[in-house]
Amino acid sequence: MMKLEPAMLKKMVHAVITTRPDELTCDECFGEIDRFVEMELAGKNAAEAMPLVEDHLQRCHDCHEEFEALLAVLKALHAEE
Amino acid sequence: MPKRTNQEWLAELKSPEHNQAGLSAHNQALVDLRALLVRGLGYAVANRYHVPEADLEDFAQEALLKILDGLDTFRGESLFTTWANKIAINVAFSELRRLRWKDVSLQDLVAPYEDSGDFTPEVLTDSSPSPEQRMNQRMMIEKVQEIINEELTDRQRTAMIAVMMEGMPIREVARRMGSNRNALYKLLHDARSHLKARMQLEGISPQKVLAAFE
Repeated sequence: MMKLEPAMLKKMVHAVITTRPDELTCDECFGEIDRFVEMELAGKNAAEAMPLVEDHLQRCHDCHEEFEALLAVLKALHAEE
Repeated sequence: MPKRTNQEWLAELKSPEHNQAGLSAHNQALVDLRALLVRGLGYAVANRYHVPEADLEDFAQEALLKILDGLDTFRGESLFTTWANKIAINVAFSELRRLRWKDVSLQDLVAPYEDSGDFTPEVLTDSSPSPEQRMNQRMMIEKVQEIINEELTDRQRTAMIAVMMEGMPIREVARRMGSNRNALYKLLHDARSHLKARMQLEGISPQKVLAAFE
């Protein structure tokens, strides 16, 4: 038996509703993330151009953390130039 | 550091030509790339992890070997340096997450979620909703619990709790389950897909479940 608190139930139901058959795995997202970040930096709408990457980033904490870090790195390195 | 095109990076990093100029270009590219990765990692970990400079250099070195090993997989869809930085971040963060979670067992994470039989959801002790609302909430919780218990395997339940509820990194959960990051993501995706299908089959609208707790 699994114990469910309301907050947890909401989180789980939200993740379940938004499940789609064509989700990317972490490795597939990793393969695209450099292009995605460069589009973001160029001021283009990366989420719209690469919706599956955006979808993965919304549900995977680890990939999202790496995405944010890469964005921060590129911004900082650009600022150095 | 001189600006290089993607082609120049690749040419200089691949096996060097056997002449003095080739060797020195190769060595310089290695030095420049390593320095760039160390700088990048400094920005990457800022505000996230506390990491000594020496560790950043170790991560950069490990990433450099991975990058050299994977040069043929670079598709040229981004700047080479962007691609290299993403690999370095992945190397560093994977290790930092491993260290952060090293003393946590899956068993400890999951234990609080095991129902001892006398469990009363907090919503039932909350006096704000009306009795009717509370009844509705209780029914929703029980139904979803039933579906989870019937549809998911033990592994799926454990992975869902660890990743979704407790925020354990997928790779760390995978390591403890004798699996890998990709396979574990698929396991979680299957779990969510099963729950979604069963809820549809039972005519439970997820929106209704969520609305019950607004």
